[in-house]
Amino acid sequence: LAFQTIEIGGPPPGGPQGGVLRGPDLLGYVGIEAVLDQMRRKTMKAGFEFNIMVVGQSGLGKSTLVNTLFKSKVSRKSCSPNYEEKISKTVQLQSVSHVIEEKGVRMKLTVIDTPGFGDQINNDRCWEPVLKHVNEQYEKYLKEELRVNRQRKIPDTRVHCCIYFLPASGHWLRPIDVEFMKRLGKIVSIVPVIAKADTLTLEERTEFKQRIRQDLVANGIQVYPQKENDEDAEERLLNNTIRESIPFAVVGTDREHQVNGHRVLGRKTKWGIVEVENVAHCEFANLRDLLIRSHLEDLKQVTHDVHYETYRVQRLTAGAVHQGGPNGSDLESHL
Amino acid sequence: MYFLIVDSLRKTDVFSTETPGYVGFANLPNQVHRKSVKKGFEFTLMVVGESGLGKSTLINSLFLTDLYPERIIPGAAEKIERTVQIEASTVEIEERGVKLRLTVVDTPGYGDAINSQDCFSTIISYIDDQFERYLHDESGLNRRHIVDNRVHCCFYFISPLGHGLKPLDVQFMKAIHNKVNVVPVIAKADTLTLRERERLKRRILDEIDEHGIKIYHLPDAESDEDEDFKEQTRILKASIPFAVVGSNQQIEAKGKKVRGRLYPWGVVEVENPEHNDFLKLRTMLITHMQDLQEVTQDLHYENFRSERLKRGGRLSSHGYVLPLSPAYVPLCLPAFLP
Repeated sequence: LAFQTIEIGGPPPGGPQGGVLRGPDLLGYVGIEAVLDQMRRKTMKAGFEFNIMVVGQSGLGKSTLVNTLFKSKVSRKSCSPNYEEKISKTVQLQSVSHVIEEKGVRMKLTVIDTPGFGDQINNDRCWEPVLKHVNEQYEKYLKEELRVNRQRKIPDTRVHCCIYFLPASGHWLRPIDVEFMKRLGKIVSIVPVIAKADTLTLEERTEFKQRIRQDLVANGIQVYPQKENDEDAEERLLNNTIRESIPFAVVGTDREHQVNGHRVLGRKTKWGIVEVENVAHCEFANLRDLLIRSHLEDLKQVTHDVHYETYRVQRLTAGAVHQGGPNGSDLESHL
Repeated sequence: MYFLIVDSLRKTDVFSTETPGYVGFANLPNQVHRKSVKKGFEFTLMVVGESGLGKSTLINSLFLTDLYPERIIPGAAEKIERTVQIEASTVEIEERGVKLRLTVVDTPGYGDAINSQDCFSTIISYIDDQFERYLHDESGLNRRHIVDNRVHCCFYFISPLGHGLKPLDVQFMKAIHNKVNVVPVIAKADTLTLRERERLKRRILDEIDEHGIKIYHLPDAESDEDEDFKEQTRILKASIPFAVVGSNQQIEAKGKKVRGRLYPWGVVEVENPEHNDFLKLRTMLITHMQDLQEVTQDLHYENFRSERLKRGGRLSSHGYVLPLSPAYVPLCLPAFLP
């Protein structure tokens, strides 16, 4: 949301020459603030779009986590009837869209799942369908933007955030994790999470995270939030604390249990109940706050201003847009 | 005269004073026991599974020892270059005078690469090599000190994160089930609730059936065993595959020190049968160590041996050339039969 400074009439007597006029300097109440309300009303009417992709091996709790994040049954598994948990032979991308509403704010949430990723014996190049999908969405948007008669609101199917699920091995990143994140970190905002983190004690979790962060740096992998996109000192401070705690160690569930008189989301075992929203147990709440409560708009902005622009520049300088399309190997040579 | 002889016989200690007609070879098992204790036991256990499934921790917990004191876990960059390695560590464990020479064969690198197509050929070659070596020793002239390095049991670690067996798990188990006793184990079982654990076990058993994988079956208790043992065997058989948690850390829980894992939401006790099947796995291994060795000897080794001899070729450097025709095999080798 960019605001332009508006100069009102000529300089008031005794007031500053040109520049920014603030509230008390104005002759009266103008009502510029009303613009905020108008914008808010408009966006609420229009609704938000958010496209989130989940990538990881079968069984890491991707669908459960997405359902828990948005407190609704939005994942692929909840939508297909008679769902069978068989490992698919190839990597298929499946999109499921829902409109969810909270306090008058409507959001069209699209969850893109990648069943089959990393499940085969030979997982060579299993990231290519994912790369292809991301680039295809950029291409679609670009084509629309370049049209002579284009729609007022271009439908945005670009992937705003990619949650990458790491199994909680406690050791290091696996070769497949490195390869995937290296390639996709350049074109989409990746948020790595440690899946099913209730298998790690707090010590193990801290050590594992440290090793992962080292591995990320060593391999030159960019994850969200990227340092160069920090706009000001305040944002940098906030993002630094986030950067020091990624990847978030999460646990997801849709079951509720009774704990101390409250109903909480949790996993019940013989030795205790893992409370999903309790920050002393796992970092689900931190992830949710990051993705939804504080950085959702930022994720969309970064996708539009950084990733999409990078793609656009590459496409426009590489040759005519109307011929050819984004096939994975074509663009990989530019990356 | 007759009575005199009987009298003199009675005076010697051939007959026990307790029961008439007692000869005394009922004492034989004790003699065997004494000799085995003196000789000691040898057991080779192979552990296979992806990195990070807690294999080393489990082995250390099972034998209450630290088999890997100076272990460095390789980072991702090193993992990309590596192929599967075979690392054998031997430790001598003694308890109440009984000596066990335990060899644990670890297979680091299994399942780590992006393309795991060839990750089991190294392991299969290792198993075959041990059989080959034993066959060679058994056919040799000096058989006093044959060392048995054959793999008696293979613990295959299944990740608790999936919904059952992965394609790699199926392929691997099918490739080795005719060569070694396969015991599937669900690793890091503290990530599962009780219901999830039961569901996973059922899925795995169904998939094992579906793919025709032959895992090690515990022998039924003999009819003359006591009820407790029979009950124990029943419980063990019903719990396969075992869902285990390993740890050697002592945690304070409910006023006493237990081996376990400390989480913010509770303590998982390794030796608590309500928490996981660790005790069952250990019981199974200890009470069936003998049977595992026997099955390896009588089934897997014999299969290998007959296949190998049918194929023919030079068996040893002694110069005993084997005939190529299978029909002559039993006639030519009687001198080497134990």
